[in-house]
Amino acid sequence: MATAVEVRDLKAWFGKTEALHGINMAVEQNHATAVIGPSGCGKSTFIRCLNRMHETNPVARAEGDVKVGDMDIYSMPAVEVRRKIGMVFQKPNPFPSMSIYENVAAGLKLNGTRNHKDLDQIVEHSLQQAALWDEVKDTLKKKSGASLSGGQQQRLCIARALAVNPEVMLMDEPCSALDPISTAKIEDLIFELKQRLTIVIVTHNMQQASRVAEFTGFFLMGNLVEFDRTEKIFTNPSDKRTEDYITGRFG
Amino acid sequence: MPSRFLQFRRRFADYLATFVAAGLSIFVVGVLIAIFAYLVIKGAGSVNWAFLTHTPKPVGEIGGGMANAIVGSAMILGMASLIGIPFGIGAGIYLAEYGRNRLGSLIRFTADVLNGVPSIVIGLVAFSLVVRRQGHFSAFAGAVALAIMMVPTVARTTEEMLLLVPQTVREAAFGLGIPQWRTTISITLATARAGILTGIMLAFARIAGETAPLMFTALGNQFWSFSANQPIAALPLQIYTYALSPYEDWIRQAWAGALVLVILIVSTIAVVRFLFGRSVLREAS
Repeated sequence: MATAVEVRDLKAWFGKTEALHGINMAVEQNHATAVIGPSGCGKSTFIRCLNRMHETNPVARAEGDVKVGDMDIYSMPAVEVRRKIGMVFQKPNPFPSMSIYENVAAGLKLNGTRNHKDLDQIVEHSLQQAALWDEVKDTLKKKSGASLSGGQQQRLCIARALAVNPEVMLMDEPCSALDPISTAKIEDLIFELKQRLTIVIVTHNMQQASRVAEFTGFFLMGNLVEFDRTEKIFTNPSDKRTEDYITGRFG
Repeated sequence: MPSRFLQFRRRFADYLATFVAAGLSIFVVGVLIAIFAYLVIKGAGSVNWAFLTHTPKPVGEIGGGMANAIVGSAMILGMASLIGIPFGIGAGIYLAEYGRNRLGSLIRFTADVLNGVPSIVIGLVAFSLVVRRQGHFSAFAGAVALAIMMVPTVARTTEEMLLLVPQTVREAAFGLGIPQWRTTISITLATARAGILTGIMLAFARIAGETAPLMFTALGNQFWSFSANQPIAALPLQIYTYALSPYEDWIRQAWAGALVLVILIVSTIAVVRFLFGRSVLREAS
């Protein structure tokens, strides 16, 4: 097995408050890694450091080494990092001014791709991968991305992220605003996507973590308490705090 | 179950609030309709083909029209918009996307003060900046005065509308590796488009009726002029001159001019909103 993302001694701050206290983690390629933990434990901050979204907050700062393949992401331009490492957010956030087609094409178009044939092909392919193509193929350019249902919007956001062909996909509680049926569709999708890229998913839902992820990391108060195979974390955790959390004694 | 008295009181309060709100709205709309109706009664009879196609007749002769003033107003407003809107939108972008600092507060304060400066003072500024320097009155000088008046309104509404765009929309763009300048132009501005347009239209409607700043800049003209560098006629100036005159025919034409001015402003706004005004912000939240 190969390592897709190598995190070494990652620290992150909001103003003077240290939110992550030196995280080390090796994310396996073509697998899904879940990040769990109680609210405010730093799990969102952690994945936002992996594509340098953390620093878009003016008071935020991060330090440490994050390697994706052989790229050191903290020594290259942030916009290039984000094209290699896509992100899906908690709340579906399609661009309201754009049609379904334009939403999916946005990442390529606004970075300079002009070839319409290529764009058409990539848009169709991305929507197919996100299992949305059949539902929207007749209204691609007519309907606004914001006119879709919540679950469809989230799959549109996944298609939009896929269109720029990332190596890693970060998902920050992608199902927390969705109903169970839409959630099931996204989870199926995660299985498909693992064939060609690496997934890191933050989730509040421990069943979801055990369903989709081979590896799970448990965060508590800015520390990575335990990181292991998902099975191990949920059946036989090494750390007392992990056990307390997954058995519902706190959090 | 609340007591009957309480039920009655709540229902009464509800009716009262609805009644007051509806009454006040009707009053506001009523004033607008009254003004327009009065203009139509006084002016409609004098709006005819000659009025729209002829220049003013010399003093003492009956007839003529305000065609040159209509064209002049359009030219001045066009130039003022070309200067004022880009500055206004640019300042608004700075304030919303980068201006959470001392400089931003200073610009915000300056814009609000500028908004409160009497229009005649702005006219004087344009007079000393452009007319004195060029040595003659001109349509361009009038446009500069009106452009200065547009900037603060456009800047502040642009800022407000951009701030209404949810942060999650910007994050989505950053997450795709789209640089910030590109995000602002192609995504944030596009999302806030309808609101920004409303701000521009407000500013446009305000300057379209301004008379004072044009008096010593565009000056007015009894003849055709299509040059930015010459004194030019404008509807508000022509209305002002004619309305104060002792001649019945001129006063009649002043009413017609006022009616035409209002119709032109309203139809400009209607056309612009129809063409570009679909709001997408509602769907974004």
